[in-house]
Amino acid sequence: MTKTRASGRTVGGLRTLSLQAPAVTLLLLWMIVPLGMTLWFSFQYYNLLMPGMTGFAGLENYEYLLSDPALWAAMGNTLLLVGWVLAITVVGGTLLAVLFQQEFAGRGIARVLAISPFFVMPTVSALVWKNMMMHPSNGVLAWLAESIGLPAVDWFSSLPLTSIVIIVAWQWLPFALLILLTAMQSLDEDQVEAARMDGAGPIAIFFFITLPHLKRAISVVIMIEMIFLLTIFAEIFVTTSGGPGLATTNLAYLIYIRALLDFDVGTASAGGVIAIILANIVAIFLVRMVAKNLED
Amino acid sequence: MRLARHLPVTTLAAAIAMSGHAQAQTEITVATVNNNDMVIMQSLTDAFEDAHPDITLDWVVLEENVLRQRMTTDIATGGGQFDVMTIGTYEVPIWAERGWLSPLDNLPDDYNEGDLLASVRDGLSYEDRLHALPFYAESSMMYYRQDLFEKAGIEMSEQPTWEEVREWAGQLHGSEEGLAGICLRGKPGWGENMAFVSTLVNTYGGRWFDEEWNPELNSEEWVNAIQFYVDLLNDYGPPGASSNGFNENLALFSRGNCAMWVDATSAAGKLYDGNESDVADSLGFAPAPVAQTPKGSHWLWSWALAIPASSENQEAALEFITWATSQEYIELVGETQGWTSVPPGTRESTYANEQYTEAAPFADFVLKAIQDADPTDSTLKPTPYVGVQFVGIPEFQSIGTQVGQTIAAALTGDTTVEQALNSAQRATERTMQRAGYLD
Amino acid sequence: MTTLSSKTTAPRSVSGWRSAQSKRILLTLLGWSVALVIFFPIFWMILTGFKTETAAIADPTLIFSPTLESYQAVHARSGYTRFALNSVAVAFGSTFFALLIAIPSAYAMAFLPTKRTKGTLLWMLSTKMLPSVGVLVPIYLIFRDVGLLDTRTGLIIIYTLMNLPIVVWMLYTFFKDMPKDILEAGRMDGASTLQEVFFLLLPLTLPGIASTGLLSIILSWNEAFWSLNLTTSKAAPLTAYIASFSSPEGLFWAKLSAASTMAIAPILILGWMTQKQMVRGLTFGAVK
Repeated sequence: MTKTRASGRTVGGLRTLSLQAPAVTLLLLWMIVPLGMTLWFSFQYYNLLMPGMTGFAGLENYEYLLSDPALWAAMGNTLLLVGWVLAITVVGGTLLAVLFQQEFAGRGIARVLAISPFFVMPTVSALVWKNMMMHPSNGVLAWLAESIGLPAVDWFSSLPLTSIVIIVAWQWLPFALLILLTAMQSLDEDQVEAARMDGAGPIAIFFFITLPHLKRAISVVIMIEMIFLLTIFAEIFVTTSGGPGLATTNLAYLIYIRALLDFDVGTASAGGVIAIILANIVAIFLVRMVAKNLED
Repeated sequence: MRLARHLPVTTLAAAIAMSGHAQAQTEITVATVNNNDMVIMQSLTDAFEDAHPDITLDWVVLEENVLRQRMTTDIATGGGQFDVMTIGTYEVPIWAERGWLSPLDNLPDDYNEGDLLASVRDGLSYEDRLHALPFYAESSMMYYRQDLFEKAGIEMSEQPTWEEVREWAGQLHGSEEGLAGICLRGKPGWGENMAFVSTLVNTYGGRWFDEEWNPELNSEEWVNAIQFYVDLLNDYGPPGASSNGFNENLALFSRGNCAMWVDATSAAGKLYDGNESDVADSLGFAPAPVAQTPKGSHWLWSWALAIPASSENQEAALEFITWATSQEYIELVGETQGWTSVPPGTRESTYANEQYTEAAPFADFVLKAIQDADPTDSTLKPTPYVGVQFVGIPEFQSIGTQVGQTIAAALTGDTTVEQALNSAQRATERTMQRAGYLD
Repeated sequence: MTTLSSKTTAPRSVSGWRSAQSKRILLTLLGWSVALVIFFPIFWMILTGFKTETAAIADPTLIFSPTLESYQAVHARSGYTRFALNSVAVAFGSTFFALLIAIPSAYAMAFLPTKRTKGTLLWMLSTKMLPSVGVLVPIYLIFRDVGLLDTRTGLIIIYTLMNLPIVVWMLYTFFKDMPKDILEAGRMDGASTLQEVFFLLLPLTLPGIASTGLLSIILSWNEAFWSLNLTTSKAAPLTAYIASFSSPEGLFWAKLSAASTMAIAPILILGWMTQKQMVRGLTFGAVK
C-alpha cells in the first residue's frame, strides 16, 4: 500500500512536471520579460514625448508617485470599489445561481439574459448607464423616480462612487453567476435527496450542502474578479473622469493622469510596480482567507 | 459598395491580382477621429480614388482619446503604421519640435495656401513652417433660444458680458419645465471643462503661468472666475452639470433644456439641422461673453492632417492631405452632403461662397471668432506659452485634467472654490517641478 | 430544493402536485423578473438602436416609431464583416490555444498535486496583475521588430497568454470537483493518461470546459487595450469598430447602440448555445 502510493507520487511528480511545463514556461516568459522591462523602465527617465531626456532616475519616479497627496484617497477608493463589487457579486451571484438552478419555464433563455451584461464592452455599458439609465433628466431611473413622485437622483454628482460600483457590479454579477451555476452542476443530487429525507428544509440544504459545495468556486470568483477590479478604468474614464474631486479616482486612474496622459513611461512603470506590490499584498490576505478552500 | 471590398474573398482575389501584375499601387493608411466631418471624408473615398487611380486609402477611424494614444505610441516608437494622422492644434507644434512630422514646404500652387485663415495656419506652424493642413477649425461662441428671449423681452447684446448672462439666466431658469438658464461644460478633462474654464479665466484677466512658469491658479482672477462659474451653474445650470461635456450639453440644448450655452462653434451645424435638433427654428448666436478683457474669451482649435516623418509613402500622403483640405473638397462636400455639412473655419473662400453663407447663417460669427482668436496673445498679462484654451506643453494634458477634477469638486460643493484652487495650485507646482520648469 | 426538477417529483397526491405546480409558477415569475431587470439596460440599448438620434435622447418611452436609420448609418460607414471576422478568429484562436495548453496543466494540478501546486497556481494568477499600460511600449517595440503589428497572430499570442492563468484556474476548480473514484476506476481498467483525459475527464467536465471556453472567448472579444493599440486596420477586431462609433462630437447614442448590438449579437447567440452545453445534465451524480 505505502509502496504503491510512494511510487505513484514520483511518477505523478514527473507527470505533473511534463504536463505543466508548457503553461508554466509560457507564463514565466510572459511574466519575466515584461516585468523585467517594467522594473528597468521604472528606474529610468523615459518619456515618449521627451526623446532627449534619458538616463538613470534612481527612485525619482517612485518618489513622485508615492509623495502624491492623492495617493491615499485613490487607494481608499480602489479598496472600496473592489470590496463593494465583490460583496455584491458574490452574494448576488450565489443567490442567482441557486435561483437559476431551479427548473422553470424558459429557464435557458432567462439564464442567457442574466449572463449577457458580461458580453457588453465596458466602455459601451458605461455609456449606456451614464446616458440612458442614470442621466438626471432623461435617464430611465430618473423617469422611474419621478413617476412614483420621488425627486430624480443626480447620480454622478451626489453618489459618484456608488454609481461606479453599480455599473461595475452589473457587469461582473453575470460572471459570478456563470461560474457558480456551472459549479452547481456537480452538486451531488443523492446527497441533497438524502438530506431532504432526513427532514432538512431548503434553507438548511443551502447552508449545509450547497454553500460548502460552492466554496472553491466562490474563491475562484473572488480571486479572478479581484484582478480585474483592481484595474477598473474604462467605466471611470467614460462617466466621471475620476471626479468630482478625487471621489472616483482609483489607482489605475491616478497612474493614468499622473503618468500616461503625458506618456511618461518611467513613472507609469513605477506605478505599475507599485500596483503589482499592492495587488500581491491584497492577494496574500485573500489567499489566507480562501486558501483552505483550495484544498480538499 | 465599399462593403464588398472588405469581404475576405474579394480581398484575397485583389491581393492575388495585385501580386500578379505588380502594379504601382500605393496604399496609404489614414488615422482619423470619428467626428462627423471626418466620417464624410471617409465616405468620399471613391471620389479621391477615382481622381488618383494609383492610390488606395485604408482608414483607421477611432474616438479621439483612443486615437491620440494610438498615434503617439506609433510615432514616438517609429512604428510607421500610419501615413496620415489627424491631430489638433495642441499636438502639431509639440510633435513638430521633435521632428516627428514632415514639414509641408512644397505645397502645389493650386492648393492656394494663402487662402487658409491666418490664425489657423499660424496654429499649425512650427518655426514658421507649416506641419499640418487644417481640415476644420472651430472657436467658441454662445448659442441661445430666440423664442425664450423674445417671450421674456430680453434683447441680446452685440457683445454680451458674463454679468448680463447671469442676469438673463436667472430670468429664464425654470420658466419652462426642465429648462436650465445656462449649460456649460463640467466634466473634468483638459479638453472638456478646462477648455471652457480657461477662456473664462482669460477674460477675467487671469493666466495659467507667469513668465517664469510659476502657476497662478490661486490668484484673485482665478478665484473670481471660478466662483462665478460655480455660482452660475449651481443657481441656473442643469442637474448633473459636473458630468456634462460637449456631447451631453449638445443633447440637452437640442432637446430644448437650455436657454443659453457657450461652447464650440462646430455645434452650430448640428443645432441648425432639424433632424438632429428640436430647436433649429429658434436658434440664436452671439459671441462668447466677456468680463474684464475681451482677450482669450473664445478659443481656437483645429483638426488637421499631418504626415509622420516615419511614413514610407510621403508623396501619396501629400496628395491625399492636399485633396482633403482643398477648396475643391469643400465644394464637393457642399454639393453632395449639403452646405451646412462643409468643414468650416479653414479657408477664406468658404466664407466668400454665397451658397455656404446662405445655408449657414452662423458663418459670419464663426469666421469672426476664429479670426479674432490669437493663441500667441490670449491673456491680459504676458505668458510664456502659446494657446488660448490650453498651454502648449506636453505636461498640460495631465495638469489640465487634474485641475479639471478639483474644479468639478468645487462645482458639486465637495470643496470650496478657494480650497479647490489651492490644491490645484499645489498639484500643478508639483508637476512643473517634476518636469523641470521650476526648481 | 430539487423537488422541483421534474425527474424527482413523482406526484404523490393531488395537493402535493398542486403546491409543486404553484411553486413552479412562482419560480418562473421570480426567475424571469430577475433576468429581465438585469437584462434591461441591454434591452434599452437594443431599443435605442432603432430610434433616431433625437428620439434616443428624449424622455424614456416604449412608444416610438422604429427606424433603421442608425443601422443604415452604421452599415454605410465601414465593413462590419471584416471586423467581426477578425474578432471571431482572434477570440476562438486564442481560446483554442489557451485550452490546449491549460488542460494538461490543470489536470496535473488537480489529480497529481505536489507541494508546489498551490504556489504555482497563485503565481500564475499574479502574472495577471501586471498592468498592460506599463508594458505597452516594450511590447510595441518587440511587435514592430518581428512584424506582428496589425496581425491576427499577434493578437492571438497576446490573448492566449493573457487568459491562460484564468483558464488554468477555472479548469483546476472544475477538475477538482470531479469525484476521484471515477478516474481511479478508469486507471484500474488500464486506461492511459491520454485515454483518461479524453474518455473520462473531458466528457465529464464538459460543462466546466464549456463555461471556461465561453469566458475566455468573452474576455478576448471585449478586450479593448491591446486590440486597439496593436492593430491598425487589417487585424482590427470589433472593439475598434465600436471605438469608431463611441463619443464623437455630436449625437451618437443611437448609432453606438446599433453598432454595439451588432457587436454583441454573435456572442449572445454563442452564449445561448454554450449554456445548453453547460447544463446538459452530465452531472457526476448521474454517472455514478
